[in-house]
Order: sequence, then structure tokens, then C-alpha cells
Amino acid sequence: MHPNKIPPPETSLAGRAARTATGVALALGLATAGAATAQADEDPIKVGILHSLSGTMAISETSLRDVALMTIEDINENGGLLGRELEPVVMDPGSDWPTYAEHAREMIERENVDVIFGSWTSVSREAVLPVLEELNGLMFYPVQYEGEESSRNIFYTGAAPNQQTLPGVEYLMSEEGGGAERFFLVGTDYVFPRTTNRIVRAYLNAHGISDDAIEEVYFPFEHEDFQTLVSDIDSFSQDGPTAVINTINGDSNVAFYQELANQGIDPIDIPVLATSVGEEELRGMDTDPLAGHLAAWNYFMSIETPENERFTERWMEYVEQEGLSGGSDRVTNDPMEATHIGMRMWAQAVLQAGTTDVDAVRQAVYGQCVDAPSGFEVCMDDENHHLHKPVIIGEIQPDGQFFPVWETDDVVRAEPWSDYVEGNEDRVANWRYPWVCGDCEEPTYGLSF
Amino acid sequence: MRLTARVATGLLCALLLTPLLSPGASAAMEDAQEQAEQLGEEQEEQLEAELAEVTDEELAEDTAELLRAMATQDIRALQAAIEDIAASQDADTLPALLALRDRRLFFTDDETLIIEDARDGTFREAITGEPREDLDAGDLNEPRATNPIRRILRPTIGALQIFADDPAARLAAAEELAERPRPEMRDAIVAALDEETAAETERLLNIALAQLDLDSEDDARRLEAVEIVAEVRASRLRSDLQALLEVDDDGNHLESSEEVREAAAAGIRAIEDRERTARFVSDLVFGLSMGSVLLLAAMGLAIIFGLMGVINMAHGELLMVGAYTTFMTQALFALLIPQYFHYYLIAAVPLAFLGAGAVGIAMERGVIRFLYTRPLETLLATWGISLILMQSARMIFGAQNVSVASPPWFSGSVQIMQGVSLSTSRVGVIVFAIFVVGLVWVLMNRTRLGLEVRAVMQNRDMAACLGVPARRVDMWTFGMGAGVAGLGGVALSQIVNVGPEMGQNYIVESFMVVVLGGVGSLFGPVLSALGIGVTTKFLEPAVGAVLGTIIVFAAIILFIQWRPQGIFALKGRSADD
Repeated sequence: MHPNKIPPPETSLAGRAARTATGVALALGLATAGAATAQADEDPIKVGILHSLSGTMAISETSLRDVALMTIEDINENGGLLGRELEPVVMDPGSDWPTYAEHAREMIERENVDVIFGSWTSVSREAVLPVLEELNGLMFYPVQYEGEESSRNIFYTGAAPNQQTLPGVEYLMSEEGGGAERFFLVGTDYVFPRTTNRIVRAYLNAHGISDDAIEEVYFPFEHEDFQTLVSDIDSFSQDGPTAVINTINGDSNVAFYQELANQGIDPIDIPVLATSVGEEELRGMDTDPLAGHLAAWNYFMSIETPENERFTERWMEYVEQEGLSGGSDRVTNDPMEATHIGMRMWAQAVLQAGTTDVDAVRQAVYGQCVDAPSGFEVCMDDENHHLHKPVIIGEIQPDGQFFPVWETDDVVRAEPWSDYVEGNEDRVANWRYPWVCGDCEEPTYGLSF
Repeated sequence: MRLTARVATGLLCALLLTPLLSPGASAAMEDAQEQAEQLGEEQEEQLEAELAEVTDEELAEDTAELLRAMATQDIRALQAAIEDIAASQDADTLPALLALRDRRLFFTDDETLIIEDARDGTFREAITGEPREDLDAGDLNEPRATNPIRRILRPTIGALQIFADDPAARLAAAEELAERPRPEMRDAIVAALDEETAAETERLLNIALAQLDLDSEDDARRLEAVEIVAEVRASRLRSDLQALLEVDDDGNHLESSEEVREAAAAGIRAIEDRERTARFVSDLVFGLSMGSVLLLAAMGLAIIFGLMGVINMAHGELLMVGAYTTFMTQALFALLIPQYFHYYLIAAVPLAFLGAGAVGIAMERGVIRFLYTRPLETLLATWGISLILMQSARMIFGAQNVSVASPPWFSGSVQIMQGVSLSTSRVGVIVFAIFVVGLVWVLMNRTRLGLEVRAVMQNRDMAACLGVPARRVDMWTFGMGAGVAGLGGVALSQIVNVGPEMGQNYIVESFMVVVLGGVGSLFGPVLSALGIGVTTKFLEPAVGAVLGTIIVFAAIILFIQWRPQGIFALKGRSADD
């Protein structure tokens, strides 16, 4: 029996049938329509994989391609979908944002892919978005991001800020998390940290922490000299229990944590909560100075659940089978889990819809649930295209893994338009028919029903 | 001799104390003795501390009760267990607590608590002290000391260890208590103060006690406590002193004694004075440290671009070659002579010089020598070379950063003054920068090659007429510049990430340092690198890192406008061209 078997739709989805009644009805109608065009059964279903395999993002994105290919292989070993094989179409945008858009167009127009799994940085997603909306494509985006976006052509399987950073802040303010009363927000100077910190600041203000107990500092990409920052954090912390929210991106983290250790900042005095440091990032680092600091994610490789055991075992088996570089040092991480969940959800939706038509599949994705490796049943929201996800806080261990110290009791619904950002009051992310949304127009292309 | 005698005494004591010593335990003791004889004088004290830790007595039932609660993977249950132990102040729990701190504490599936011996990695039961050779690390579960647990664990260990026989352990315990005193430990501190003989430990204990006594009922004691606390001048204590100055809603002082208030205010002033000095010193030190990194990155370019006039866009990749050479030296040491592993860095210095120098010579012979008269083409060609080098690194070593570990003698930090510390690796970089500048100076001024280089650079045709092989000198000069860049790479590998793109971060800064310092001068870059470093660091706290960098860049542009030749200009004929 294969570990990542796609459950047959009639059993796993029966409970949700009522909620997705519209979708099912719609899907059935389209299924007949699809059959009528007599598509040859041997034609494979094309699945686009749009991740950078070269350039600066290759470090992070390569493993997402790998896990996507692994999941496709799993689905094919189970007989594919609707009796058709899945065929991956891999393109490498080379960490160049406009190229993401070009490749997305090429995938949809020339290769006729039915779905795209791809993108990592917000700027690359924003580059692809107009293409998807113009050509009515469908993309699954697997990375935690700053929110403030909603598109009917994208499903976001990573965390919105209220599914990652805010629960982390809540934990740091709790007695267990050190009872922080002062917050030092450190980030790289671009859209994710700035937006996240704006939300964090508003959240802190709403929880009785005034602006003079919050310090916010940004650094350029690739900044390596954090001596002044760390000594500032140290003196800032003297006036009360302090925590640091770290939204520094990429390699700079090594220098930052190294400097924390050098200046003797102990996580039991000043915990640093990271939102962009995961297993994959820790792999290239000397993890000793990081031990004891925290990270907030929706999944950790070290989580002990049967689902995760299957997932990680299958991953290591796949790494070996394909001879992927890194070998037994390879790890799983949150965006990989999100890619895996996204792909299984899409596959379930295709089975339910009986077709790969984008509009039908989109309707079928709503309310779709997957037993995620995190041990929770995660479901796609009925309206806002985001997953309901658990939030888990992990302590970094010297071996480069995380030890989960806190998790939410249940999955958390995403708020793509955060209440803590001004001007979001009237914005709604609701892509059910009839389309209602705050920041978009009615779709301009013809509806297929 | 002395050592054996001491161990023998220790053994005798142990025998007297534990008449029912089991055969297994006495064997362990014999082992310990054998080991002790092999150890040198300096390890003697440490061993004694550890011997004290090895109890083979069966613990009392209530102690056992406390310990048994630690056999859990539920962090909240573990926290409760540690809180109970902290409240009990039971000294027999110490070995288990130390084991938990050092991640040597485990438990079996039937919840028997197991301690791994710090010396030989053998397992024994925490409660009965019985050795358990049947156990394998794989079968054991580990209770994890997460942050909330360590917050209680550390002072608890401190309070228990304060009565240890080993003065070093007592000192460490006192440091911990002075840092995080907890009210329930007051009695232990008072008791320890009575017995303590070491001056430093006593001082730290007094500080710990004073912090707890800031709200003492007794005015005189409170005043004394405030004075002791103020004496420490640690920023951490400012808020405690500030609390004494607070007024309630009616404007009445919460602290009744005028004297205490004055002492507290004086203490706060002293802390603030020290903080101002520390701020200044740290900006200066961090600036020098940043400057020396810039200098090391730019020194090679000062030769290639400064002296030779070659716009070498592949300079950053020469740094990268040096850093990867360090990585490979590390890997070779780990593979071939692991016993000398900690010294790989020393071997990496000449190897990186030769490695990067060889790449430089290949570049010069293969491409650059055909382009000396065409600077624009050189720029494009070297940019192409930089892409080739980067991609080669990616193909050989992978796109991921590689990890270059700092040897133990190169990690940690040096305290310059209270509140200002610089990491040892950065101190090392400063020293290394001085070494490299000295090396370049010697090469240029005390060797025949240097003389020829200077001759060719000043007047190429005249030097050639006098028999200096100008083209060969070009090659060696370029190689030397590249080699020096490789040395910069060794230094960078210790403080930043080693990856294919690492050189890209330094190319702009390196050119800036050379241009600002004055093209053609070797000491100009020293001054400009340190200047840029210190200015940036003084600006950073005020305006932030992003704006600070922009201001520095703008200032350099203005400076170059005003003085295009840079800080130092070469005097002589070549400057007239």
C-alpha cells in the first residue's frame, strides 16, 4: 500500500458533501461536458511546476520542486487521476521575477497545464498573478506570506500573518513564553517584514503594549554585520522582559544568530522568534548558537504523528531513489508540507469535479480536506482561498531540528486582509459565486455555466 | 604524587560514607582512579567536582519521588517537576538537574530515570545509581529542557551548587544567582555567605542578596542593598532602582527613606554614565571591526586596481576562492588529520593565498594581459570571469552555503569593558588585517618583486629599458593581488556565509574603499576602510542601517567630487598622467 494514497472521493468527502453541494453539482455538469469533447484518455494531465532552480532562490525552491515531483509520482502510482497520468512540466525562472510571469504564460498557453504549483517570494507571486487572472489559470502558492492579497486564481496553502506571526507573539506574551512586555522587531527591508511588523505592531497596541516598548529595525538584504543591532537589543531588554520577532530573510540570519551568541544573549532571557528560519535554512548553518531560540510555523519535520512519519519516510526514500544532492541530510519543512497538501487537495478536487477545468476544480477545492503531516485535518476555506492551519512554535535544537513547545488547540482560519491593518475593514475575500470581493473587479471572462 | 594522594583520600571518604558499596560501584571507583591518574594537574579540580556528582547511594524516597516526576516528555509536567525540585532545595537532585541541563538525562519506556555519565558516556539509573549497560542511546526517551524550564533550572542549580566543594563551581553558581536571583533562594544565599571564603564569590553573593533585599523592611539594610546594587552599574538593575524613585498618584514617594532615594538616583546616574561611555566605545570598536573586514576585502583590489589599474570585476570571486579554500582545508583536516582539526585555519592562510593567486595568474595569462590597453573590455571580460567562477563554485560545491566552523579558540567573545564585547573571530579579523597590511608592505617595499612592481607601475617603458621583465611583473603583481584577496576570503569565511554569491556583496564596497583611499596608494585604503567602518557604525544607531549606508555612500560621492584623487594621491610622475 502506498503511503500517500489519495483517498477515494466518495469516502473522504461524503461528510462535506452538503457544504460543497453547489460545487459538486457544478462539477458533475462539467464532467459530462468534458466527456462530451471526447478527450483521449491517454492524454496526460499536465501539472506546471514553477520554482527557481538557479539563482538566489534555488536554495529554498529546489526542494519544493522535488516534493512536487514526489507527490506526482505518488498519484501516478495510484493510477493517476480520472484514468490519466500526471505529467510534470518543470520550468526554471532563475530567481528572476518577470521570468516567472513569462514561464507561467508559456505553461498555460503553450503547454496547456491545468494547474501550476509554484513561486516563493511575494514579488514573484505578484508577477504571475496578472497572467493567471488574464488566462484564468490556477496556481497553488505554498509559502507563508504577508497577506493583503486575494485572487480567485490562486490558492494560498502557506500561512497568512494571523496563522504564524500573531500566535507567535501571543506565545511570547504568555507566561510560558517568557511574558514579554517589550518587543524588538528586526527584519530585512522589503514587503514581507514591513507588512508583518505593521500587523504585529497594531496587534501589540491592541494588547496594551505601547509604541515606546516596540522597536522596529530593518536591514538591507545580505547584511552581515549585526554587532550594533545586538548590543541595541541588549540595552533595550534592560527595561523589562523582551522578545525579538525576527523577519530577517535568508543568509543574514547566520550572522545575526552568531552575533547573538557572541554577545551572550541567552534565549531564556531574550527569546528570538523567527518566521523565516526553517529546517532547510538550518541545514547550511552552524546551529549551536541558535539552540533555544524559537520559530513559528504550521509544520515541523520533528512532529510525531503517523502522517508525518509517512511523509518524511517517503521523502527520504524519494531522495535516495532519485539521488538528490544532499542525500540523507535532506529535510522536510513547512513550505514542502504546504506544497504536498496543495497538490493532494487539487487531486481530490479533480476527482470530485471529474474534470481538470479550472472553474470546476476551483469550486471543488473549496472545503476540501487533507490529513496533513502536521497531524491536523486541514481544510480549504469555503471562501477566501486560504487553508485553515494549526500554528506550532518550535524551539531550535542543536541538531538543526525543532522541538514543538506550543501549538494551537485547533486549526486557525486565515485572515488574508488583517483586521489590524487600516483600510481593511470593508475588504472581503470571498470567491464563492456570485463573486464578492473588496479589492477586485467582477471577472471579465465568460463563466462556464 | 599529590594527585594520587588526593584521589586516595577521596576514595577513603567515599568508603567511610558508604559502607554498603556495591561491587559494581567499587569497580567504577577503581576506573575513576585509573582515569584520575592519567589526568593532568589542571583537570584535577574538575574531576573532583564530577566525583562528587557520582552518587551510587540509593536516594531517599522523597528525593526519588521528586526525580521520578522528571521522566516525562510533556513539557508542562516537566516544568511542574522542576518547580517542585526548586521549592524543595534538595541537594541530592543536583546530578539529575545537571544532567538535564547538559542533555544527559533520559528515561526508559518504563519511566526509569537514566543519567549518562559526562566522562565515559555510560548509563546508570538516577535513583538507585546502578549502572545500566544493557541500554542503548536509541531506546531512551529524553525529557527536554525548554526555555521556560531552563529559566527555573539554572538558578536552582546555582542555589544548590553554591555549597559545592569546588570553588570554580561555587563561583559559577554565584554568577548565576547574581544574574537571576529568586526570592525562594534567599536563605540559601545567606547560608552560603556565612561559609564562603573566596572573595569574588562572596562579592557576587552579596550582589544577589542585595537585589532581593531592595524591598527589605529595614531602612538601613535597604540603603546598603541599594548601594551594593548601584555599585554593579549593570543596566539590568536600572529598572529595580527606578522603582524606588516612583511616586504614587498623590505625589508621595513610595520609598519612604530620603537617603535610599538619593542612593538610587546616584546609582541610576552612574549606570547612565557608564552606558554612554559603553555606547561610544562600542560604536568605535564595532566600526574598527567593520573597517578591518572592508580592508581585508579591498586589499587585493588595492593592488590589482589601485596599482595596476585593472578594473577587476571578478575581485569578489577571488575572495570566494579564498573562502572555499578554507572550507576545503577544513574538510581535508577532518578527513586526514582530525587530531589537528582545530588548527586548520592556520594552514588555510597560505593555501588560500596560493589558491587564489593561482586563479589570478591564470586569469592574467589567459585573458587580462591581452586587454591592458582597453579598460572597458577588461571590465566586461572580468565580469564574465566572475560569472564563470560563480557557476563553477555552484557546480562543484552546490548552490547551498557551505558551513565553515570556527575553531574553538576562535569562537566566543572578548569583553572590552562592561557592556561592550567583541567576538573573538572579529578580534582575530582585526589582527589578521594588520598582518595582511604588514605583509603587503613587506612585499612591496622589502622584496625584489616589490621593487620591480613599483618601477613598472611608475614608468613602464623606463623599467623595461632597464631590464625589468614588465610583462612577467604584471603577472606576478596580479597573482599577488589575487592571493591577498584570497587571504581576505579566509577572514570572511569566519564571519560571513560561504556560498557561490558571497563575493558579490563586497565588490562595490571594495572599489569604494580603493577609490576613496586614493588609487595607487596602499595605505589610503587602510584609512578609508576604517573611516567608512567607523562612520557607518556611528550613524547606524541614530538613523538605522539602511539609511546609514545611503548617507555614507552619498558622503563618499561628495568627497570624490571635491577630491577626485582620494585621500592619498601618488606624488610623482605617474600622478601627472
